[in-house]
Amino acid sequence: MTSEDHAASAVVAQKIERRWAAISILIVVFLTAMAAVAGIHQATMPQARVEIIDPEKIHLSGEFVETNLGSAIEPDGSVTVRAVGQQYSFTPQCILVPVDTKVTFRATSADVVHGLLIQQTNVNTMLVPGYVSEQVARFSRVGDHLMPCQEFCSVGHEGMWAMVKVIDRNEFMSLAASKRRVSCVE
Amino acid sequence: MLNSRRLVLAHFWMAFGGFGLALLLGAWQMFIRSPLAGWIGNPEWYYRSVTAHGTIMGYVFPTLIAMGFGYAITETSLKAPIAGVRWAWAGIALILIGSIMAMIPVSAGLASVLYTFYPPMIGNPFYYIGVVLVVVGSWIWVALMSINLIRWKRANSGKPVPLAMYANVAGSYLWGWTAVGAALELILQIIPVAVGLRSTIDAGLARIFFSWTLHAIVYFWLIPTYIAYYTIVPRAIGGKLYSDSMARISFVLFLVVAMPIGIHHTFADPMVGAGFKFVHSVFTAIVALPTLLTVFTICASVEIASRLRGGRGPFGWLVALPWNNPTMLAVTFSFIMLGFGGAGGLINMSYQLDASIHNTQWITGHFHLIFGGAIVIMYFVIAYDLWPHLTGRNLANLSLMRLQLWLWFIGMIVTTFPWHYVGILGMPRRMAYYDYTHPAIADQALPVILSATGGLILVVSAALFFVILIRGHLSEKADPGEYRFSVAVHPPQRVPVALNSHGLWVGLMIALTATNYGFPILQLAVRSDTSVPAVYVGVK
Ligand code: HEM
Ligand SMILES: [Cu+2]
Ligand SMILES: [Cu+2]
Repeated sequence: MTSEDHAASAVVAQKIERRWAAISILIVVFLTAMAAVAGIHQATMPQARVEIIDPEKIHLSGEFVETNLGSAIEPDGSVTVRAVGQQYSFTPQCILVPVDTKVTFRATSADVVHGLLIQQTNVNTMLVPGYVSEQVARFSRVGDHLMPCQEFCSVGHEGMWAMVKVIDRNEFMSLAASKRRVSCVE
Repeated sequence: MLNSRRLVLAHFWMAFGGFGLALLLGAWQMFIRSPLAGWIGNPEWYYRSVTAHGTIMGYVFPTLIAMGFGYAITETSLKAPIAGVRWAWAGIALILIGSIMAMIPVSAGLASVLYTFYPPMIGNPFYYIGVVLVVVGSWIWVALMSINLIRWKRANSGKPVPLAMYANVAGSYLWGWTAVGAALELILQIIPVAVGLRSTIDAGLARIFFSWTLHAIVYFWLIPTYIAYYTIVPRAIGGKLYSDSMARISFVLFLVVAMPIGIHHTFADPMVGAGFKFVHSVFTAIVALPTLLTVFTICASVEIASRLRGGRGPFGWLVALPWNNPTMLAVTFSFIMLGFGGAGGLINMSYQLDASIHNTQWITGHFHLIFGGAIVIMYFVIAYDLWPHLTGRNLANLSLMRLQLWLWFIGMIVTTFPWHYVGILGMPRRMAYYDYTHPAIADQALPVILSATGGLILVVSAALFFVILIRGHLSEKADPGEYRFSVAVHPPQRVPVALNSHGLWVGLMIALTATNYGFPILQLAVRSDTSVPAVYVGVK
């Protein structure tokens, strides 16, 4: 190879390389745009605000006292579920929600870090003591889901499973009419 | 033979020794939580084991590989003895002491907190102090890499820094800085509570500090593998490196964008607002860039090797590749695993998709495929490639090496594919026991059994790996000649200052850390009402 060939091939090599770099950048831009659009249009954005709570006082007063846990109907017809995770159970251990309804989960931890995952759904959030986690969901089918704790919370983590029952909306409303907070804990 | 061979061998043997032990624990974990085993009896054993496995595989093993490889690169690429060898021995001694100090309370069940710490759970202080010593030992290496490069540059002003060294030093700076997050968490938050000076801790802030380390550490694990892609593979298969400057760009991109993206590990967390989550998610997309560039450069370099051997046609050249060469085989396996793992990574990176797999077995499947698979298989290649230069003896049995690499590849696929699948089904991670008789999770039983079988294949592969290395110490003496790195098709005569030094990139790395982490950290650090009582584990 002469030195001219060499220089020419270097130019070609650089050109190909630049093209590939441009394609790579486009891929990245596309992915980012996709995430932004999905976030804005489908409102699947993370919790907007950081909310603080004292885990030592949740049992005494405020929204996470035991009598306030479970599902509640809001004036706008949506449902709010309040839950607490502690070593090694959730309260309530069985959560009842209506189908085809906006459901807001509000939960926190009374001791260490736990996680709340409802199988077969996108409901999946961390429970960090000192903070309130909030996630909005809508269940499109009636049925039962397991709800394991998904973060290691010390020995006993493997036993921390709860249940979510999605039931017919009317059935839920008639249950809720007689009680302030509903759950399926027997 | 290398002057620093004892130093490098000490690092490699300590690394692989730990790897071997931790691998056995991994295989046991897989088995004991599968339907093949009954009720574990004492679930605490499982968490002890995962703490040890994670700590060794995450902190000790890759760090020692990066260090040992780094010393070898320093000597062979700068063609001068390493400055500060005594300090290097001090560094590895600290790592040894730290590892033992950490593993004693872990084995005794006093620190089953897993390698992610996650306060307010607090274990025995010696576990955390041991981990800090490991980090401090590795910081000595970071300083030595920098000192050696500066010395060389003084003596060779204006010359391009050899690519391997340039990348190696970039990796060391990345590690030096990313380890600061966990170090701050340990020193400012956890250790004072563990020794009893304080009894409360901000669990959310700790998670943010940890995320500072948790993402870029992944790229630190990856850098020796990328150095091998660029500077070993083309030479080992008889080709040339397509582009030296693209390689440099990839490494500095890692340095800059690997750091300010760690908050993607807290997508599902309540203590970080949506805004910073979005910013980190965008930066996470950018980190795909250096990998895409690497894939191109390495594929092109491999093609060059084939064409030099007479390969023709748009695809025909694939046939002409030296498939008998273990390095060729390993880089192919590594790329396949990187491809699948990368596709999985794109899913994790999206806040929306992450919600369906966050903290499920998908995640453990994912990082075993990338880390245990794509990355570690190249650690094997690095060892095979360097061994003759460290022992002065032949490493002759190529078919055994091929078998070992094939088994690692197959084992990884068999282990991790079903592992991903059960994650999609919603199987949570880090549990000592699953009740597979429950109808809702009964269909996870079979894939979990498959994964456990894959684990056994990996153990067999690792055993072969040790056989090959030990035989390498016993085979007949042979002069390996000078150790060489790949040469670029167009070797650089001059490199732009920006790509011949690290200052600009380190500056950017620190600045982006400040912008992307400053607010989330300060917001919590200034408040006192976010601290919660510590929950001590393992006290009897
Ligand atoms: C025989 C092969 C291996 C098997 C069967 C195995 C198995 C496991 C299992 C069962 C866990 C616990 C996961 C959980 O419960 O969520 C785990 C965790 C882990 N593994 Fe492996 N592993 C193997 C090899 C490796 C390798 C080669 C690496 C990297 C070099 C690695 C790195 C890790 C890390 C960092 C963790 C900690 C994750 C955590 O704490 O959740 N493993 N492994
Ligand atoms: Cu748990
Ligand atoms: Cu990450």
